[in-house]
Amino acid sequence: MESNVSDKTRTWLGLVSIPIIIYTLVPILWILSLSLKSTATLSDGKFVPQELSWDNYRLILTGDARGLFLPALANSVVVCLVATLVSVVLAMFAAYAIARLDFPGKKLILTTALAVSIFPVISLVTPLYNLWRAIGLFDTQIGLIIPYLALTLPLSIWVLSAFFKQIPWEMEQAAQVDGATSWQAFRKVIVPLASPGVFTTAIITFFTAWNDFVFAISLTSENARTVPAALAFFTGASQFTQPTGAIAAAAIVVTIPVVILVLLFQRRIVSGLTSGAVKG
Amino acid sequence: MAERKLGWKLAGPAFAVMLAVTAYPILNAVWLSLYDYRLTDPSARKFVFLNNYAVVLTDGLWWGAVLTTVVITVVTVVVELVIGMALAMIMNKIVVPRRILRTVVLIPYAIITVVSAFAWRFAFAVDTGFLNHWLHTLSFGAFSETYDWFGSHWSALIAICISEIWKTTPFMSLLLLAGLAQVPSSLEEAAEVDGATFWQRLFKVVLPNMKGAIMVALLFRTLDAFRIFDAVFVMTGGAQDTSTVSLVAYNQTISRVEIGMGSAVSVLLFLIVVGISVVFIKGFKVDLSSVRGE
Repeated sequence: MESNVSDKTRTWLGLVSIPIIIYTLVPILWILSLSLKSTATLSDGKFVPQELSWDNYRLILTGDARGLFLPALANSVVVCLVATLVSVVLAMFAAYAIARLDFPGKKLILTTALAVSIFPVISLVTPLYNLWRAIGLFDTQIGLIIPYLALTLPLSIWVLSAFFKQIPWEMEQAAQVDGATSWQAFRKVIVPLASPGVFTTAIITFFTAWNDFVFAISLTSENARTVPAALAFFTGASQFTQPTGAIAAAAIVVTIPVVILVLLFQRRIVSGLTSGAVKG
Repeated sequence: MAERKLGWKLAGPAFAVMLAVTAYPILNAVWLSLYDYRLTDPSARKFVFLNNYAVVLTDGLWWGAVLTTVVITVVTVVVELVIGMALAMIMNKIVVPRRILRTVVLIPYAIITVVSAFAWRFAFAVDTGFLNHWLHTLSFGAFSETYDWFGSHWSALIAICISEIWKTTPFMSLLLLAGLAQVPSSLEEAAEVDGATFWQRLFKVVLPNMKGAIMVALLFRTLDAFRIFDAVFVMTGGAQDTSTVSLVAYNQTISRVEIGMGSAVSVLLFLIVVGISVVFIKGFKVDLSSVRGE
């Protein structure tokens, strides 16, 4: 398709992309700049900090705000990893059945996944809050992992089914004809073909759980609070200082790993996000 | 027969978990919404039938929140469709810097919504912001450097919408880009040979051929926008009458521990979302079979 783009259009498109890239990066650069400013220069409105200060990072990683930020970071990592693992494993079985087997109810499962994904999550908060308080799951990691399955399972099922449908499954039989045992055929042929899809699904699923705020602030109070919720309740070094710098630093710390994942796996993430949504 | 059994054995657990974490709570919410029930005073719990709904539906606060949510939804989805479509068309044709652009555009999608909301809150703020300085310079001093965006209803809504648009346009543009890739380029070329202008080609050839992708993108974004919570919570906390429906449900349940009233709001929000879906699927004939991966 690129071949018929004229040189003039080409240059023009290249120029247009510059403001787009700036627009996309400015808010992130601003929060990065704030995180590196000292308290005195926080309000100078300048994009490049006059002098680099690591005070904000010190505050959240080793200083007074450590007790608030580090446990939240640990909670986020544990809760999101477990939720991702459970939902990808469950989705793998379901997607395999959907992609390979012919059984009644296939449509029902996919429609249910669709319905669950458009469900307004806040509607789950009230009943879960009431129930979790009654059975002692309030403010626990498990109490967050369970509702996160509602966020992540439909997405995992869709994305994985789309990936699994593209796998040439007949290669498995071909390998068996060539003398491989069914386990060998599975491990040497199917696993390498399926793992990129599983991996991509895991990344997208993880992003979704990592992003959650509604459940995190509603179903936790201190012990199981994750980063997005902790950020919203950050306080300054003392009662009288604004937590702006600390919030900015914490935001950068949780954003960097995600940006690295995006840079590394850009193409796969795009194909995963769009695979279920458009025929192709 | 064996295949049917195996199919359900493999897909059953995922299906059961999905139902357990959504169908059960929403049915429970319907039940709880029929009671006058405050968590701090469980003994006073009593059956009031539809009274909670009557209270909510006659309250100005609820209708104000509905209006705010509708405004945010319509504004963000329309703007996102236009920007997202432009972005998709540029990403579709661009040669250099193709990969960089496609990667950078993904970044807002991957950023936590709360972080994006803070970034924009800090950017708009009078003290820690930069937008006021820029606007002041660009307007040759006509725009006041101390303008308080969060000090009035409409300016606060604009700030919320901008943060939401920045965060979710990438997702929209990716869905549209996938749709755009399905439009046969020969059609567009033929129209160009026949002397059609850019806009004629866009409205007569490109858009009609990717109608399915556009409708699916609109449905997803509309439902998502209607649930808006994070950005409002972080940027205004509902001040200046910027509370959305989700924020009202949260406040009833978590801040006031009015479980009965909170459940009624939750059920109403659920019904609205179902209503929007029905309008899209039946009214606009959105074909979801492609979404279900059939």
